[in-house]
Order: sequence, then C-alpha cells, then structure tokens
Amino acid sequence: MTQVAALDVSTIRKEFPILNQEVNGYPLVYFDNAASSQKPKSVIQALVDYYSKDHSNIHRGLHTLAERATSGYEQVRKMAQTFVNADEPEEIIFTRGTTESINLVAQAYGRKVLEEGDEIILSEMEHHSNIVPWQMVAEEKGAIIKVIPVSNFGELILEEYENLLSEKTKIVALNYISNSLGTINSVQEIIEKAHHAGAKILIDAAQAAPHLKIDVQELEADFLALSSHKMYGPTGVGILYGKRELLEYMDPYQGGGEMIKEVHFSGTTYNDIPYKFEAGTPNIADVIAFGAAIDFVERIGHDTIQTHEKELLEKAMEGLNQIEGFEPVGVAKNKASVISFNINGIHSYDLGMWLDARGIAVRTGHHCTQPLMDRMGLEGTIRASFAVYNSPEEIDSFVDSLSQIIKKFGK
Amino acid sequence: MTIDEQQKQLIAQFQLLDGDMEMALQYIMELGEELPGITDEERSDENIVKGCQSKVWLIASLENGKIQFKADSNTAITKGLVSMLVKVLNHQRPEDVLSAEIHFPEKIGMNRFIGTQRSNGFASMIKQINYYAVALSTEKSNA
Ligand SMILES: Cc1ncc(COP(=O)(O)O)c(C=O)c1O
Repeated sequence: MTQVAALDVSTIRKEFPILNQEVNGYPLVYFDNAASSQKPKSVIQALVDYYSKDHSNIHRGLHTLAERATSGYEQVRKMAQTFVNADEPEEIIFTRGTTESINLVAQAYGRKVLEEGDEIILSEMEHHSNIVPWQMVAEEKGAIIKVIPVSNFGELILEEYENLLSEKTKIVALNYISNSLGTINSVQEIIEKAHHAGAKILIDAAQAAPHLKIDVQELEADFLALSSHKMYGPTGVGILYGKRELLEYMDPYQGGGEMIKEVHFSGTTYNDIPYKFEAGTPNIADVIAFGAAIDFVERIGHDTIQTHEKELLEKAMEGLNQIEGFEPVGVAKNKASVISFNINGIHSYDLGMWLDARGIAVRTGHHCTQPLMDRMGLEGTIRASFAVYNSPEEIDSFVDSLSQIIKKFGK
Repeated sequence: MTIDEQQKQLIAQFQLLDGDMEMALQYIMELGEELPGITDEERSDENIVKGCQSKVWLIASLENGKIQFKADSNTAITKGLVSMLVKVLNHQRPEDVLSAEIHFPEKIGMNRFIGTQRSNGFASMIKQINYYAVALSTEKSNA
C-alpha cells in the first residue's frame, strides 16, 4: 500500500479566497462542488499575470508576447496530456468544456460514422450534455439510442449493457462518475466490452477529473471529455482527448482561422490535429489558468484528495443517517464525494432555501439528469458534494443545520 | 383594505424582519399556512400555473362581485409566496385587481427568496391572476 499524505485542510482553505466570507450571517459552507468548484489563488493569479504580462494572440505571431502566449498555451496542452496520460499532446483538443467536447465528437465523429439503424448506447444516469448531442445526431442520421438501465442502488446494470451491445452499436457514451449520484462506474470493463463489440466509446469525465487519476491509455478510452471549472480551474475551458487515428479520421467541426492550412476560393486544406478542431482565437487566458489548476490538483495528489473526500463522505453519511426521514438516492458501493438525498415530507427546494439562509450552498432539483430522476421516480434531490477544501467541521454544521431546519416543518 | 393598503402592511412586516433571511423564510412559511386550503379535486393539472418550477395551483371565483382566490403549492416557501399575492389581491373587484400596481415583491426583496430563475414563476402567477380577473370581470358584466 502506498502511503497517502494527510491533508491539512486549514492550509488548503487559505488558498481559496472565496471561502473566507459570510453568507446570510453564517460562514459560507460550499457544498456545490459537483456543479463547479472554487478556485485557488494560483489559478486567479495565473489569469491576472497572463493579462498583465503575456497576452497576445497565439500562433503565427513573431513577436515576443505572441511567443510567450503561444508557449504558455501549448505548455498546458502538454500538462493536460500528462494529466489524462495521453500518448501525445496532439490528442488533446481545447474546448469550452465537457459539453462542447461531446458535441464535437457527436458532430465530427458521429455524423461521419452513423448510418440508419446504427445504435448509440448511453445510460440512464447521463447528464443532459451526454444525451442531447447524441439525440441530435441520431435524429439526423436515423440512428437509435439504447439506454443502459440503473438499479435501485444507483448502479449501472451491466448485464443489460451486454445485451444491448451488438454489431449495430457504433458508439457508447458514458459518464465516469455520475454527477447526481456520485456512482463511480466500472468504465474499464465497459470500455473493454464496447471494443469487443466493435464500438467506439466516449467517457464523460467531468465529475471524475477532480476526484481520481484518469489514465486514457490504461482505460483504452477512444474519447474522453472534461471541464476545467469542476477541477479548480476557470470556466469556459475543457478538453477533449481523442485517439490520434480517430481525430485524424474526423472532419473539422467548425471552420475559421487557425484550423486551416491554406484557404483559396478554389479549395481549403485543413490543418493537422489538434488545430483542425480549434477554429478561431481560443480561450487563451483560461487555458493558461487551467494549467495552474492542473498543477494544484497534482501538487496535492489524487490519492490524498480521494482519502480526504472519502472521510468527508463517510462522516456525512453517518450524520445524515441519524436524521429521521433521510432518504439517500444512490448508494452505490463505489462512490465519489456526492450525496443526493431527500427528506421525507419536505420539498428539496424548501430545504435548499433554508440551508442557504444558513450559509450552506447545496444544489436542489434534477441536476441536469431528468431521465435519471424519472427512473428513480423523483422530481429532484438535494445534492451535497464535497471538495478538497471542505472540512469535517463543515459536515457537522451541515448535519446540525439540517436537523434544526427539519424541526421547523413540524417533523 | 385596499390593495395598496395590503401591500403597505406586507412591506412593513418585512421591514420588521430587518433583512434576516431565516426570519423572512419563517414568516413566508407562516403566511403560507394561513392560506385557505384547496381540495384534492382542485389540485388538478388544469389549475396549475404554467411557468413555475414548483407546482402552484391557483383558483379564482367571483363572490358578491369580488374575486376569491385560493392557492396551494407543493413547496412550503412557494406556498408562502403565492399566499402573499392572494393576501394582497383577495376580495377585491376584478377591475381593481387588473389595474393594481404590484410593487411589494421589489420592496421586500423578493428576488432573494426566489432567485432570478424563479422570478419568471412569480411573473407567471401574476399573469394567471390577471387572466382570472379578465375572465371574471366579463362574467360579472354578463351577469
Ligand atoms: C457528468 C457531467 N457531464 C457533463 C457536464 C457538463 O459540463 P459543462 O457544463 O462544464 O460542459 C457536467 C456538469 O454539470 C457533468 O456533471
């Protein structure tokens, strides 16, 4: 067993200026990390530094600032390559985030390979971002979407997945970790089976990136998407990883500057990967600050993060289980630090409002997973999701507040 | 009391709470509990106000030339919010409801309780109230 360094939460918290504030007269408790995490000073500073010292448009420029901006931007591509353990930096495409990455694959790959009657397999626990892009391309191409069902525990029913796979399956698209339930899916096994059936697979790693080490080569993922803002980085940036041969096979997704080799009215030739997919001036500043976020996560280490978050998860479950009417939604064996629940007889919106009145930020509603809520027979849940900077004391205050709030409803 | 007097009273109550979020929520929920209940039959899809994130049922009838509102919601806070509208506009003539200028939400900082996304829902409730007022004023003139 490897030794995992214990985390000093109070030191880490000092790196996040936003946490040091009161909301409605209470110290802010930020438990909405699955929606978006907060940013350490190093990320904020990277943005300030970039605009204060290095900004210019990238590529093609000869002057010093253009060179600095370009090398900063390309440096982060290499960092992202290492972060997901891709074989080459060219396999990393910068996008606006997970949603755009998935749309890119649906349009540039899906549209090219799908024919009428072909099948796309998704799961019942996908985020809308990993459903709608596939519906759009399926409708256009006459392809059919098949759905892996979810058990009452909030786990994928893998036998059903095997039954769905056939020679008609062209694409499987699946989340690594469910944003609504926290379930960590057995992606390795799922990828292997997809490949066995001759399908390509996209992994939506939006929720996985902040919690566990991603290794696209070990997984043999064909595509993988993630968002910077969920892993302590700025909004508006994400990556798409794709295997070189697939990216080369795909046509560009958007046309414009940067993605071309030569443009003539008689015809245009496209640039090589990754530039072929990065039309227009990219989000240079946020890409560079995303580099600082990768640094932050790697400095602490996924093992340390996971150990800390697991402690928080266990402590929270222990406390919440004492509360009468507590109904957890999703109790998978393998879970990230996300707790979805309801309190019997009280609407999640009311609880969310009351928690906010006490400075506690959680999310309520369907969490962009309406098919999953339909499956569970729920309108929505309350979701508390923990990050590296959350403390056991915050869990106590959350559980205490919740029990006091419930009393106001005469329960 | 006139609609304006009702609004004034509500605004004064909120001023006493001095911006305390928890006291405000408590007060809103209490207002909701004062709302005349609706029957299971009335809790039907056709009485649902469209455009609200929570479920809100709103019913109006005419009694002695004045509108009688009844409402309910599946969330306690939303029920309190709709109860404020009912409180302000209940037992008024349809024409007065139609010409009323509803300014209390802004004065009590309603957005803190409903958020910008939910403001649309609140606007939908007001719209529904106006539909009822129009319908009931024609019913009244036809009577
Ligand atoms: C599992 C999952 N997929 C996709 C997304 C979409 O990410 P973004 O909005 O950053 O594109 C999210 C974000 O909520 C998510 O949790």
